[in-house]
Amino acid sequence: MTMLTEAQVWKALEAVPDPEIPVISVAELGIVREVQVQGGAVRVVVTPTYSGCPATEVIGEDIRAALVRAGATTVDLEWRLAPPWTTDWIGEAASEKLRAYGIAPPGERAASATQPLRFVSRRIACPKCGSNETERVSEFGSTACKALYRCRACLEPFDYFKPI
Amino acid sequence: MTEMAQQTTATSPGHVEYVMRMGDNALILGQRTAEWCGHSPVLEEDMALANMALDLIGQARMLLTHAGRLEGRGRDEDALAFQRNEPAFRNLTLCELPNEDFARTMLRIALFSRFQLLLWERLLSSTDSELAAIAAKSIKEARYHAQHSGDWVVRLGDGTEESHRRAQAALDYLWPYTAEFFIPSAADEAAAEAGVGPLWSTLEADWEAAVRPLLEEAMLSLPAPVPFRSQGKFGRHSEHMGHLLAEMQYLQRIHPGARW
Ligand SMILES: [Zn+2]
Repeated sequence: MTMLTEAQVWKALEAVPDPEIPVISVAELGIVREVQVQGGAVRVVVTPTYSGCPATEVIGEDIRAALVRAGATTVDLEWRLAPPWTTDWIGEAASEKLRAYGIAPPGERAASATQPLRFVSRRIACPKCGSNETERVSEFGSTACKALYRCRACLEPFDYFKPI
Repeated sequence: MTEMAQQTTATSPGHVEYVMRMGDNALILGQRTAEWCGHSPVLEEDMALANMALDLIGQARMLLTHAGRLEGRGRDEDALAFQRNEPAFRNLTLCELPNEDFARTMLRIALFSRFQLLLWERLLSSTDSELAAIAAKSIKEARYHAQHSGDWVVRLGDGTEESHRRAQAALDYLWPYTAEFFIPSAADEAAAEAGVGPLWSTLEADWEAAVRPLLEEAMLSLPAPVPFRSQGKFGRHSEHMGHLLAEMQYLQRIHPGARW
């Protein structure tokens, strides 16, 4: 009978890329909330990012497949809503990977990003040249989790991972 | 989200209807908003509208799944979305009205998301823990919808002569339907009694306080009040609802239970 350890399961999850931002793993994204292992039976609790994120189902399937490859005999995957996912669960190392990939990381704590409904856009540092001379083009970028910005210094457009 | 935790507390028909109505609002407005996909004036707005539509449809999936469980008749999100007839839908009439143009689309999201924000805020402390969890998730999304649509309402209302004309026409058209948000209902009474959620009628003052400054900043003038009250949330819909359902439900009506 296969014996898996919790550490092995986390290692497997760290190798499952986010389908939309493949430079970070689902573990680094902070959506894996709990892991339990009993022999070869693995139970994972995952929380969705956005309600309508089309990647949600792909992520579930990728996690199952990765755990089976790692030797799990059964995978019990629970989607849990509470507490809701927040970009605060994206770690420092993952933030750096995002920046290197060209996506400005959320940076500030999501709680402090709660603002009055109408506001001037925040100054977000350009992930390419580091300039603060940037402007928001649209509150929604290529996916729900990102906004579209433009750098006035190097003139490049870039995605900003919105704090939520 | 078929694997969410079960809830076992006894529920009243009013409670079920309350959650179903919220699910229907999100579903029908999500369907309408998604019609823009591939038709927006610019690529950025195409993506923004598609993303807002996806958020709404995601919220609808959670709410309808939950309503189906509360109801206990074995109906899942798909059965509720695709196999109910028009009078069984409890969405606000505002959500089903045609998009018409970009101004009406954005103004509707601005008016509705400000209402939804107030509702989600109150539902964070719902005695229905699943509904509270859905609220905690959705409120974050509603903030971005309110912000994005609000920015556009101001840009259009305080923009060119043409954009102002369209924004004002949108407000004149939509405003009478907003009164329906606050009409008292038996389902509200039951839900409030059980601590599930607020009477929607109690949200009126806060909603107006959120909406009026926005419309003022957008240089739009409020239409005079009219006695007309739309009745979508009681299952009496406008002539537009049938067409929307025909398109949305077509595949599941022709091939019941079809899966991708
Ligand atoms: Zn730059």
